[in-house]
Amino acid sequence: MALLQIAEPGQAAAPHEHKLAAGIDLGTTNSLVASVRSGTPETLPDEKGEHILPSVVAYTEPGVLVGSAALANAHGDALNTISSVKRLMGRGVEDLRLLGDELPYDFAQTDSSVPRIRTRAGDVSPVEVSAEILKVLGKRAESALGGELTGVVVTVPAYFDDAQRQATKDAATLAGLRVFRLLNEPTAAAIAYGLDKGADGIHAIYDLGGGTFDISILRLNRGVFEVMSTGGDSALGGDDFDRAIAEWLMQQAGIEKPDSTVQVALMRAARRAKERLTTQQVTEIELEEPAWKGTLDINTFNGLIDGLVRKTISACRRALRDAGITADEVEGVVMVGGSTRVPRVRELVGAFFGREPLVDIDPDRVVAIGAAIQADILAGNKPDEEMLLLDVNPLSLGIETMGGLVEKIIPRNTTIPVARAQEFTTFKDGQTAMAIHVVQGERELVDDCRSLARFELRGIPPMVAGAARIRVTYRIDADGLLEVEAEEQTQGVRASIEVKPSYGLSDNEIADMLRSSVEHARDDMEARKLREQQVEGDRVIEALVAALEADGDDLLNPEERSGIDAELANLRELVAGTDANAIGQGIKTLEKACDFYVERRMNSNIRKAMAGHSVNEFEQEAD
Amino acid sequence: MLDLSQNFFELFGLPVSYTIDNTLLRERYRELQRSIHPDRYASASQQEQRLAMQGSTFINEAFETLRDPLGRAQYMLRLRGIDVDADKETTKDTAFLMEQLELREALSEIRQQADPLGAVADFVDTVSGKLNRVIHEMAADFENPSADKLDAIRENVRKMQFLRKLHQEAESVEAELEEELL
Repeated sequence: MALLQIAEPGQAAAPHEHKLAAGIDLGTTNSLVASVRSGTPETLPDEKGEHILPSVVAYTEPGVLVGSAALANAHGDALNTISSVKRLMGRGVEDLRLLGDELPYDFAQTDSSVPRIRTRAGDVSPVEVSAEILKVLGKRAESALGGELTGVVVTVPAYFDDAQRQATKDAATLAGLRVFRLLNEPTAAAIAYGLDKGADGIHAIYDLGGGTFDISILRLNRGVFEVMSTGGDSALGGDDFDRAIAEWLMQQAGIEKPDSTVQVALMRAARRAKERLTTQQVTEIELEEPAWKGTLDINTFNGLIDGLVRKTISACRRALRDAGITADEVEGVVMVGGSTRVPRVRELVGAFFGREPLVDIDPDRVVAIGAAIQADILAGNKPDEEMLLLDVNPLSLGIETMGGLVEKIIPRNTTIPVARAQEFTTFKDGQTAMAIHVVQGERELVDDCRSLARFELRGIPPMVAGAARIRVTYRIDADGLLEVEAEEQTQGVRASIEVKPSYGLSDNEIADMLRSSVEHARDDMEARKLREQQVEGDRVIEALVAALEADGDDLLNPEERSGIDAELANLRELVAGTDANAIGQGIKTLEKACDFYVERRMNSNIRKAMAGHSVNEFEQEAD
Repeated sequence: MLDLSQNFFELFGLPVSYTIDNTLLRERYRELQRSIHPDRYASASQQEQRLAMQGSTFINEAFETLRDPLGRAQYMLRLRGIDVDADKETTKDTAFLMEQLELREALSEIRQQADPLGAVADFVDTVSGKLNRVIHEMAADFENPSADKLDAIRENVRKMQFLRKLHQEAESVEAELEEELL
């Protein structure tokens, strides 16, 4: 069946020319690069045979060090050694406060909204630091593959917002790499598994890393991956398991207020115990200072982390609901991330979905491998390849409307690329500009969502309130990047913006926003109702005041006027309060009190409009 | 390239009918995306990439519209030159509106039930049932869409919007309860 004519994507390339491409997992702690060689995707080692590159960059006297060498530098030179820079990507100076003391760097005082870290080599931005890591991985791939890369696929957490994606893309460009596509990490994992196993049906990707948790529900059908929903908790990971053990240790050893040295020792002991308990039923723990020795068995450990694991199960339940399916419809569960090595995690996830999770591919490498497969296809090496990825946007995108409310334009979990438009109108007579405020999040009030960008549509032809038609269009491309455009329809005045916000959401914020959108759904409804009534009240007051100024003296006698003024004052007072119902009542009372005045105005206006026109003419126009 | 002016049914090679073969729709959707998705043009020219983006966006919109019973009804009315800007119109069926009020009240008090989770699940089922009845009515009316039938469809579109909203709210209550109780 020939539905349409299309140019063959592979046509331009010469038949057997294999283009070099790589997939990069740019992680918070570790990064990897992988490529498809002779049909097999594999991670690429450095000259020492190491596959994993610690995501650490050191600015030293002789030059820039990346990876283990940089890590070794951290001891004596912490300020010039940057780790976990992924957490700063796409963040603004404002966001640094939220990250608190976790990032012990010397931030430069700048007017720019992008934070800059002071180092020996000058001030560097997070994008520049990430670019150093990407450069090393790019070079590693080129020397392993023996040629120049035509392009790369870089993975990002499914939860990365617009700013974080943009920053990641910028870093790759800065590293001299051409980005075919940004790919969501869970989806990359699904590709790594899906193609190997040829498994059609619905799959869940459970990705539990050191500090974040992602769940994605995908439908696989003859090579097409459709992401049905994605969710998670970006402030939950294996580090929390360590903390739980450390707290238990403090109780057992009677430690009340550990200093920082003891804290570090506790966390290290906790982590080792956790790792040993992936293969053993019981493990010994020994602390030096204060001296303590004891054992932790698997049941006690499970008890410590059960609450945390159950939180991830709740997120799975939400993702299933968003996808509109039940757990028994899931035909495969893929485990990604080092923390899925914990047996209790596998057990509870398996029980929830009612099937044994897949753990065949090394959870640390699976994301890079999936990215490599996708990169190979995007490079055009497999023109007959059936695989296609249909991804979604992780968070709802909306616009601010009157009263600080959010109107969702593109709801979360909508398949991208997507364009959605909505029409708005002017609020006041003669209004010539309109402010467009783009927000991201699930809540109903602007204050509870993340601001992505603001811009103004100017030059709207003056008309009466409600007559202008302003069409606002949101477009999300295949990388998940947003573009917004506003256009006045009657005159074609246009304003647009590519949303490149100076900051994005923190992972914690995203998680909190999602959680609280559930918790506060009811509060929101109350707040929303109040705001709506307040806006409506203000509108009524403003219209009446304008009318009274225009012709109140001509059409009303003093007694009528004072009656209206009294009701007006009453409504003003109510709008300042918090009782939505009372405001609604006040609006009705005022409108009733004004009925006769409104009627007089209408008659007066009709008379004015008719003046100079013959009845005949008027009738023709009415036709 | 893709003809962006054809109607959504033509795009998927399906007859213009309210009753739709969802499996076939999804299959055709995949076929189309497989040929025009931007990923197929990742190493092509800027121009081709732009066209691929437009085409893929159009297909997504068409698919979302046709697979959604409400979107599909609105779209089919639009194809007949009837613009259902339902935000400005509302149903005048007082019996229906009364029932909506009662249902809303029941939902707001559902937490006081002995088994709130079971009660809200039943409630969601009840609303789903009502939605399905409206969908069936619309399907029958679209078979032979006289002016009267089209009016009936418009009325059902309005009702469906009420039911949709109620369904959404019931589901979010269910989500809240699950969050609290499980």
